Amino acid sequence: MRAGDLLARLYLLALFVFVFAPIVTSMVFSFNSDRFPTVPLGHFTLRWYETAFARPEVWTAFRNSLIVAVSAAALSTALGFATAYTDFRYGFRFKQAYLALALLPPTIPLVIMGLAMLAWLGRLGLSGTLTGIVIAHTVMGAPFAMAICRLRLQQMDPALEAAAWNLGASPWRAMGTVVLPFCLPALISAFCLTAAVSFDEFIVAWFVSGLNRTVPVAILEILQGNVDPQINAIGTVVFLTSMTLVVVAQLMLLRRTAR
Amino acid sequence: MSKRFDPYPHVWRLPLLIWQGLFFVGPLLLMVALSFWVVRNYRMEPAFVLDNWERMLGREVFWNAYGVTFRRAAVAAALASLIAFPASFALAFRVSDAARRWAIFFLIVPFFTSYLVRVYAWQVLLAESGPINAVLGFGGLGPFTMLNSAFGAMVGYLTLVLPLVVILQTFSLAAVDRTLIEAAWNLGASPRATLFRVIIPAAKVGLILGFVFAFILSFGDFVSPFYLGGSKPPTLSILIIDTTKSGQQWPRAAVVAVMMILTLFAVASAAVGAAYGRRR
Repeated sequence: MRAGDLLARLYLLALFVFVFAPIVTSMVFSFNSDRFPTVPLGHFTLRWYETAFARPEVWTAFRNSLIVAVSAAALSTALGFATAYTDFRYGFRFKQAYLALALLPPTIPLVIMGLAMLAWLGRLGLSGTLTGIVIAHTVMGAPFAMAICRLRLQQMDPALEAAAWNLGASPWRAMGTVVLPFCLPALISAFCLTAAVSFDEFIVAWFVSGLNRTVPVAILEILQGNVDPQINAIGTVVFLTSMTLVVVAQLMLLRRTAR
Repeated sequence: MSKRFDPYPHVWRLPLLIWQGLFFVGPLLLMVALSFWVVRNYRMEPAFVLDNWERMLGREVFWNAYGVTFRRAAVAAALASLIAFPASFALAFRVSDAARRWAIFFLIVPFFTSYLVRVYAWQVLLAESGPINAVLGFGGLGPFTMLNSAFGAMVGYLTLVLPLVVILQTFSLAAVDRTLIEAAWNLGASPRATLFRVIIPAAKVGLILGFVFAFILSFGDFVSPFYLGGSKPPTLSILIIDTTKSGQQWPRAAVVAVMMILTLFAVASAAVGAAYGRRR
């Protein structure tokens, strides 16, 4: 190996250490006995998990997060697929504006989305409800779902759908028997990714949630207090959940594209 | 062909228009309108007054926050671009395709993984008596105060944006036509000239996109400046939260929000111009 290659690899390693340091830290200290985490480490303990998960509000938060993530992911995926299919199949006037509308939400700062949603949902009588959070998270997740479905549709031969029509299938039947099965991995992928987006989002949820806290909002409220290893314990569960979702989302896409 | 109405295309096209209209455009427009409303007796009333604008824009606090936020976002975007570049370059040119795919895979994971908990972990790592200072202490250094400072906030921004910047840069660098590079070599260009006059111009779009996304994310971020930067001086996002959460001053928070959106819009347009303009 040349010196340049070695240097490049070391640099990459350092970058990945920086990116993953907080995740590893959280996991390590969630099992560490010290109240104020530092090195050298104390001894192994499950205490923080026990205290954190003995709190009923933590369980409520997980239940809320689960409900919100599943609902928002289902809605985002449906919306994202419909939009991606529209972009794939049809050309029409103002299509650029249509696509901009579809892809813009992630560029709006979350604090601003939070404020705007708070005001809007308040008018609709939905502030402080889980429905409100689901609505907000669907707006934020749909662009990602759209992108994933669009990538998958790109790999589909447009003649495939046309062939189904020529064989006498209605557009609906062609959708159900050709397009949707082809896009299934992308749909699962989009569902997992948008569930992760929702599961991790906390600023809009914090603005909108009122008393119905999701997990990260509960963490945020504990954080207002002080350094508390319980956050590492809850955080580790959160990390494992969202990492699993994102890994599955990616594997679903890679598995089929490799063919 | 009959001209009967066919619902099929509309079933796919309309949901987005309805949903984003109701829950994305609607809220944002209401927020813009809100900035002209008045607050009487802790209640907001629709109106059209410039009072909120005059008050917010007439305050030094606002402009200080604006300056801090803009500067920090620019520095974070520049730092992230510079730090990411050698890594992206290595991923694009020095490793196998498989290794590159896995690297991207493992950069996408943290981007979608609880930013809040990662920032909390930095709070632990960077603390006065935390692990990093403890390790430095063995070498007789420190302890350094890293939390509640611009440095702390910068670590947070980089945590947020580095993976994305590396991904965008890597894609654009990997897409650079290899024959262009070989041609430069064959024509006797030095490595430096090849990098600055062939590779970077060819990968311009991705490099600029990386910078812009880093800027957008850092500019709007509230977590890093709050938990790692100590919220002094406050950034615009902290200003919005303070103004919203302390007593119904939503219209004034809306003024800050509109100013932020206008700024991001201006920066994004300038960047798109730089990325796609001046090209034959």
